[in-house]
Amino acid sequence: MELFINQVLAGIATGAIYACMALAVVMIYQAIDHLNFAQGEMAMFSTFIAWQLMQWGVPYWWAFLLTLAFSFAGGIAIERMLFKPLAKAPVLTNVAGFIALFAIVNSVAGLTWDFTIKQFPSPFGSSPFLGSQLISTHQAGMIGVTVGLLILLYLFFQFTRIGLAMRAAASLPESARLVGINTSWMIALGWGMASAIGAIAGILIAPVVFLEPNMMGGVLIYGFAAAVLGGLTSPLGAVVGGFLVGVFENLAGTYIPGVGNELKLPIALALIITVLVLKPAGLFGRPIVKRV
Amino acid sequence: MSAVEEAANEAPAVEAVPKRAMTLGYGTSLVVLGLLIIAPMFLKNFFVFQMTMLLIYALAVLALNILTGGSGQFSLGQSAFYAVGAYTSAILMEHMGVNYALTLPIAGIICFGFGFLFGQPALRLSGIYLALATFALAVAMPQLLKLGFFEHWTGGVQGLVVTKPDAPFGLPISQDRWLYYFTLVVSIGIYIASVNLLRSRSGRAFMAIRDNEIAASAMGVDVALYKTLAFGVSAGITGVAGGLGAIAVQFVAPDSYTITLAISLFLGMVVGGVGWLPGSIVGSAFIIFVPNMAEHISKGLSGAVFGVLLFVVIFLVPHGARQVAIVAQQLIGKLKKG
Repeated sequence: MELFINQVLAGIATGAIYACMALAVVMIYQAIDHLNFAQGEMAMFSTFIAWQLMQWGVPYWWAFLLTLAFSFAGGIAIERMLFKPLAKAPVLTNVAGFIALFAIVNSVAGLTWDFTIKQFPSPFGSSPFLGSQLISTHQAGMIGVTVGLLILLYLFFQFTRIGLAMRAAASLPESARLVGINTSWMIALGWGMASAIGAIAGILIAPVVFLEPNMMGGVLIYGFAAAVLGGLTSPLGAVVGGFLVGVFENLAGTYIPGVGNELKLPIALALIITVLVLKPAGLFGRPIVKRV
Repeated sequence: MSAVEEAANEAPAVEAVPKRAMTLGYGTSLVVLGLLIIAPMFLKNFFVFQMTMLLIYALAVLALNILTGGSGQFSLGQSAFYAVGAYTSAILMEHMGVNYALTLPIAGIICFGFGFLFGQPALRLSGIYLALATFALAVAMPQLLKLGFFEHWTGGVQGLVVTKPDAPFGLPISQDRWLYYFTLVVSIGIYIASVNLLRSRSGRAFMAIRDNEIAASAMGVDVALYKTLAFGVSAGITGVAGGLGAIAVQFVAPDSYTITLAISLFLGMVVGGVGWLPGSIVGSAFIIFVPNMAEHISKGLSGAVFGVLLFVVIFLVPHGARQVAIVAQQLIGKLKKG
């Protein structure tokens, strides 16, 4: 039983990474109805910016804030320049666009900061949390930040005018335009926020997986798995999904014989397919009915 | 908040391509074929090898084109089918001593089965969800191939070395040239079969599903069957390409079949023009030669060049090589008249 509890705790700790990433994925999905395959790379790029600022001697929290601002602006710029013209294009074109963005960002980061692995500092330190060997203070801090972010997002979407406008633009664009909401800019705002959340995720993940241009590959798949499990239309679902995926991954590794480190990605694959087949809307998502 | 979407106003997953616009005319086909037959006679062995790879990737892009351009389903997981085909050929040749030519149909059949089975869960997914599921498949594949459980057969992380076949009947041509012509014959066979498939009843069913699934099922098309069938056919052709690839490269290893390969194939399809079968070879040339050229300019730049070019294609020629071909055709027509 103690082993079980320990594994669940460790799972929640890794799950926080996936939850962060899933939150970013869901944000953009809500705004534009597409999964951003380049989300992980954008987060990686933001993390490199934070690292670069710190190398130049900017204090941690200033670097953090500057990176957020930069990512927000960057997300909006990408939407305005590259994806706004594609809004009416077929899904295929959009997927191609995301892949192109993925390749560009990955390659530019590799060129600028090369592919060596870099250490990234943690604001929470890495000593054991409350005497537990399984969760470090960094992981506890990560869980805290994720939950805090979720609450902030909830407050933003429920209680601010602009949050309401964003929800309106996402669910019924036509009617939203009729009541005077600039839906096009709401989408840009969604990109900016997703990009900033991705930056937070990247900065939190980097001390664990170390900083390098390919650090997000595996994390993004798990982020997708978490987002799909929780339901692509629900930020709460994404976070819960993230923790569930982390716990599931750890328990499967402990109790199912033959599942070691090498099977981690196939587990994510199996999870994604199972959820999509059994309950495509996810645990918290609302099913979409199509009118012909 | 209403959860009802207007399906009619939504952008389709893939733009419709009329059946006739999918192929080349007879004359042009013969010219291309002639070039493909004559060119290798004057090239060095290394270039012949590259042309072999050109044909192999063209086959894989063609397979994806049947799936996406034909039936309107996505796949970012073609590398997984390619890997299964490559491993099937390699294992049959090295462990069981089967003749290389015979391994190809077996690879095709096994991949057809694999694709057909994967098509079953994929049935319930469309658009972006399908892209996601196949994306996960592609990412997971190298890990599955590395499993200790299969190591005796697959050689684990090290992979397998494949012997290159000699030209039969004592023909006085080099191994590379022989393999090129062998690949060419297989490719032409598959190309003709694909064209005929898309012109057949099944092909019309694919396109009906692509353009409007609900209307297709109302017309009596068995949507589930034809969707999985498209997956199976596409996976089968990709498997044959994978088998040929294993023989040409003489080596299979899990890390040759990563998501990068799947993305390249997808890119090849977009560049060549979705739903235009001859575009496959243009797309294949793009994914083979452009990274090489970009590497010459600066190391590590190929990703950026790839991405930028892809955006250029999306914005300027959204129909890829097909659009270029149509414009060229019209220009030639004008010149003839004037």
